[in-house]
Amino acid sequence: MTDAGFVMSAYAVIIGGLAVYTALLWRRLRAVRGRDDEAR
Amino acid sequence: MKTRILGFVALAAVMVVTAVALFVVPPDGNQGDAQRIMYPHVASAWLAYLSFGVTALAGIGWLWKRDLRLDAVAHAGAEIGVMFTAFAIWGGMMWGRPIWGVFWQWEDPRLTTTALLLALYVGYLLLRRLTDDPERRATRAAIVGIVAAIDIPIVHFSVEWWRGLHQTATIASPDRVLDPAAPMAFVGTLLGTLAAFTLTWLYLMIRRYQLARAEVAREEAVRLDRLMSARTAEVAR
Repeated sequence: MTDAGFVMSAYAVIIGGLAVYTALLWRRLRAVRGRDDEAR
Repeated sequence: MKTRILGFVALAAVMVVTAVALFVVPPDGNQGDAQRIMYPHVASAWLAYLSFGVTALAGIGWLWKRDLRLDAVAHAGAEIGVMFTAFAIWGGMMWGRPIWGVFWQWEDPRLTTTALLLALYVGYLLLRRLTDDPERRATRAAIVGIVAAIDIPIVHFSVEWWRGLHQTATIASPDRVLDPAAPMAFVGTLLGTLAAFTLTWLYLMIRRYQLARAEVAREEAVRLDRLMSARTAEVAR
């Protein structure tokens, strides 16, 4: 593959970024819902 | 449950299109393998437009209906749009270096207006942190979200209006819907990537909307709690 470094950097950041954002979103949702359950 | 299924379908779709884009579809005759970056780059740019468009429309909806659910949609669109704009810029830089010889050029209108779009919506997200009053926050954010959306058509048509390094529109441009000269393998892979990324966007929008609603409900509960404590203290006096 030509320019493999650039191709892999692009895909790693975009696909990896999507995965990280999704995981953080789950964590934030769980944290807010957990605090609500504690309050009840 | 339906949202969870949507998440799994989106994940599978992104994995399949990534594998096809990297290992199945042939490299471009002129640009070689660097052209493979086009698939997630174009999909990210499309979803940035879509997200900020949703933010602007939901902002108009808030100003009209005063329904905080619309503000939650606007907030979700802005955060996810910022992420996809950053992905589009990063993909463009990684594609630009081997093809143009530079990562970035401030003289290019597409690059500069996209950077401005990112800055405007980062500003939108920062503005939301300035007040705890949900209604005031929603109104201020709606105005900024609507004004910032003026940059979306400027970004899109910048390649037609001004000369720069960036190529003209890959899919939608005023004079064509799909370039008939592009090989079907490239067009099919691009459409597949657009579909997979859009499914992922929909899943993230639903989850981010749920988070925004939960945060507003929590703020409301804290406010009520403070109010009750103040009343109790007043009565005790």
